[in-house]
Amino acid sequence: MAFTAAVLFGVGTYLLLQRKLSRLIIGLGLIGHGANVVFVTTTRRGTPPLIGSGDPSDFADPLPQSLVLTAIVISFGTTALLLALAYRSWLLTDDDEVQDDVEDDMIARRGAPDDDLADAGDPSDPEDDDDETARVDEGEARR
Amino acid sequence: MSSLVVLPIILPVIGAGLSILLGRSRRVQRTIAVTALTVNAGLAIALLVEVDRNGPVAVQAGGWPAPVGVTFVADRLSAIMLVVAALMLLAVLVYAIGQPGAERNHVGFQSVYLVLAAGVSAAFLTGDLFNLFVAIEMMLTASYVLITLGGRLDQVRSGMTYVVISLLASVLFVALLAFVYASTGTMNLADLSTRIAELPDGLRSALAVLMLVVFGIKAAIFPLFFWLPDAYPTAPSPVTAIFAGLLTKVGVYAIIRTQTLLFPESTRPTTLLLVLAGATMLVGVLGAIAQGDVKRILSFQIVSHIGYMIMGLGLFTLGGLAAAVLYTIHHIVAKTGLFLTGGLIEHAGGSSRLSRLGGMVRTAPALAVLFLVPALSLVGIPPFSGFIAKFALVDAASQSSAYGVMAVALVVSLLTLYSLMKIWISVFWSPATEPLASPPDQPSHGEPLGGPLLMVVPTALLAAATVAIGLAAGPLYDLSLRAAADLLDPSAYLAAVAG
Repeated sequence: MAFTAAVLFGVGTYLLLQRKLSRLIIGLGLIGHGANVVFVTTTRRGTPPLIGSGDPSDFADPLPQSLVLTAIVISFGTTALLLALAYRSWLLTDDDEVQDDVEDDMIARRGAPDDDLADAGDPSDPEDDDDETARVDEGEARR
Repeated sequence: MSSLVVLPIILPVIGAGLSILLGRSRRVQRTIAVTALTVNAGLAIALLVEVDRNGPVAVQAGGWPAPVGVTFVADRLSAIMLVVAALMLLAVLVYAIGQPGAERNHVGFQSVYLVLAAGVSAAFLTGDLFNLFVAIEMMLTASYVLITLGGRLDQVRSGMTYVVISLLASVLFVALLAFVYASTGTMNLADLSTRIAELPDGLRSALAVLMLVVFGIKAAIFPLFFWLPDAYPTAPSPVTAIFAGLLTKVGVYAIIRTQTLLFPESTRPTTLLLVLAGATMLVGVLGAIAQGDVKRILSFQIVSHIGYMIMGLGLFTLGGLAAAVLYTIHHIVAKTGLFLTGGLIEHAGGSSRLSRLGGMVRTAPALAVLFLVPALSLVGIPPFSGFIAKFALVDAASQSSAYGVMAVALVVSLLTLYSLMKIWISVFWSPATEPLASPPDQPSHGEPLGGPLLMVVPTALLAAATVAIGLAAGPLYDLSLRAAADLLDPSAYLAAVAG
């Protein structure tokens, strides 16, 4: 079970780093299931916890199972919303790639030679220290 | 008395359901939403009075006793947060009703907004780690809908980033819950506080750091803040205002609650939190200086000011925590007010880009005042609320000899002033440098206040509130001190939960 969780986390992370929205959503789903599997495996296993069906000390711990069930329902809802968003994005752009960050765009333009900047037309503020901050931002977004 | 604790959660949910059922009539929907949130604010105030007088109140949902059942607890900190949140929710709702535009007329707006309100209340009141997860999910799911309600391309783009980051944080949260449950066998916060103390040091630090990461993403502290300035500005202004005021503060509340309640005194990550606080302040404000759009500047400043709250927590002293509580109250009010004014600027000027706005001190003098009051308050100029909160914070830092972070806090205040004055000068004083792409929605000379009455009044009330907080600083600081004392000595909290 631990191996299953590890594989789910690994595959999920790989898919999360893809540029296609559909893969990203599947990746999120897989990581979510990985977390759920971790939750279920970390607790006591045993017979079904039904009152009167046997010795309570043999019962599986029912609490994590109910908690995981809640988590699954929540992730179901959010995944549906995410799919709707991805569909909307596809309708609007004819493409299911993750789009560039606004900040990244502005920085890309700032790095371009001056004559390119003239037709880019986006006003940017000439500050030195902000470049650095923004670059941190960009790095984070990629991670 | 005990019903007071759960009503702030139940009431908005009932309101949300009713407003879906009666979705055909906008007027009825609005009446329901305003009524629900007004009653909610009243309940929250009653709860604060009660809790302040008689100590924490706990309710066991379903009648199951503490470690097994679902617990809701209200202590001073949660009651204070609840009151501020309820008042902000109400003010922003009125503003949203007053704002012309298609989005607030969306059939789902009122009900989703009420679900958000319920989620925020639940997050403040829960006494159970798993329920905190559910409450945060409830709030976030509502926020996903609100942030993308218009369905425009930029909203979908930034909404996507926001949703994916939040979902990833939720997955980490589930993993955290799994580890906590596996190592302690309980989810109840009060029960956890005794069980975690028995764990080996390494495991305890791992749990503490994982909690900091999970809530740090929600609160947007230093290395995990990148999603915020990208996601917030695209939403409609009332939505951004309520997000700015409340969502990150829920993360801050969760950090304060877990770090003070769950982990024993000797193992608190003081240095780590102070370093993170300093970095958050500095990076946030430098980001704000670099921006050229009203909403983006304000969004980066949220990040910067989260640093101040974390700084108060990081000191782990009575004064530090009290200052953090006071700062959170002040920041929610001032920031929501600023974003509402930002929305009014956009309404009156037709854009939120600095280069396209200008000379508004003549066309909309009322707006200039509305902007200046919360802006100066945020910077910390007396007699506004920010001065008191910052003074308390810096005072607490000097008492703990944390001079490094104190210096950063003071420098960042100046930089905040610089970035806000940049908005002030280019929006209100200097002429626009770029012609407007489209003319403003409505000619502002028809509206002497610079916007519809229902938009201006809540904004003005929030501006007045920052002044009032500054003037009523004594009682408020005493209240924060009592809340901080509760946090440092949770015995009353534990006793209330144990019943």
